[in-house]
Amino acid sequence: MNIQVNGESRGIHAGQTIAALLRELDIRTDRVAVELNLEILDKKDFETRSLCDGDRVEILSFIGGGAG
Amino acid sequence: MKGTDDRLVIAGREFKSRLWVGTGKYKDFVETQKAIEISGAEVVTVAVRRVNITDRSKENLLDYLDPKKYVILPNTAGCYTVEDAVRYARLARAAGVSDLVKLEVIGDERTLFPDTAGLIEAAKILVKEGFVVLPYTNDDPIVAKRLVDIGCPAVMPLAAPIGSGLGIRNPYNLKIIMETVNVPVIVDAGVGTASDAALAMEYGADAVLMNTAIAGATDPIAMAEAMKYAVWAGRLAYKAGRIPKKLYATASSPIEGML
Repeated sequence: MNIQVNGESRGIHAGQTIAALLRELDIRTDRVAVELNLEILDKKDFETRSLCDGDRVEILSFIGGGAG
Repeated sequence: MKGTDDRLVIAGREFKSRLWVGTGKYKDFVETQKAIEISGAEVVTVAVRRVNITDRSKENLLDYLDPKKYVILPNTAGCYTVEDAVRYARLARAAGVSDLVKLEVIGDERTLFPDTAGLIEAAKILVKEGFVVLPYTNDDPIVAKRLVDIGCPAVMPLAAPIGSGLGIRNPYNLKIIMETVNVPVIVDAGVGTASDAALAMEYGADAVLMNTAIAGATDPIAMAEAMKYAVWAGRLAYKAGRIPKKLYATASSPIEGML
């Protein structure tokens, strides 16, 4: 199965959850937001939401910024 | 020191420092951390972006900013449409830092001036969703009033284009905004040096937000300290009440007792 993570193609195993994907990518869940096919997920759903072929996942966090 | 109990209150949150700072453009996170520390700022802005999934060795800015010490204010920088700004604000909240958002809907790449029509629309949506919306707006008193009517607990008019360092281009409009709205006015963007920040505060601004003026200085840490004192001095001068400007001299030594 293939999904898009932050615009890049990635193979995953069937039924893999968002939480498992984050663990695999070594990303802490405390300061990230995850969007699955344009739907922003609640953190409490990371463990239960599983991924399907062709899903588009965006993982975002905070970086330095002022304005513009 | 006198003036320390002079708190800024926005949506029930109290702030001692009236200098707010951005976290972009620094050489590294250590410099960011040092500059912010010395500036005395409590509110720091951050941007929301994709996590680098290919290089996980990169450190996270938030590891350098103690959440107990700083209020993290996510922005919607880089958003040119209402839809994008709303999406980024929702993502910032979902990331779990706070329900505050520095709302930006940028209208033009060259000036980075706000698209005020889009800003009002996005602010309406986000206020309804329970966000504490702090809008980056133009120095337009009518738009500022609209934003307050919608439910923004502060307005953030620009002094000059973002990163331009031009200082306060339209002090009269800023003053009118301060007299028009009954919420804190935070002058955001365009400050170049300490005197610009002091002037903004002397005009009656409740706070000043800056990034490039500090991060882009030859010595950002020294400039951060300068800005701390400038904002403080400006605030104290505003509260002290300056003398009126006059065309001719008024002697400050008495005539009486002269030979």
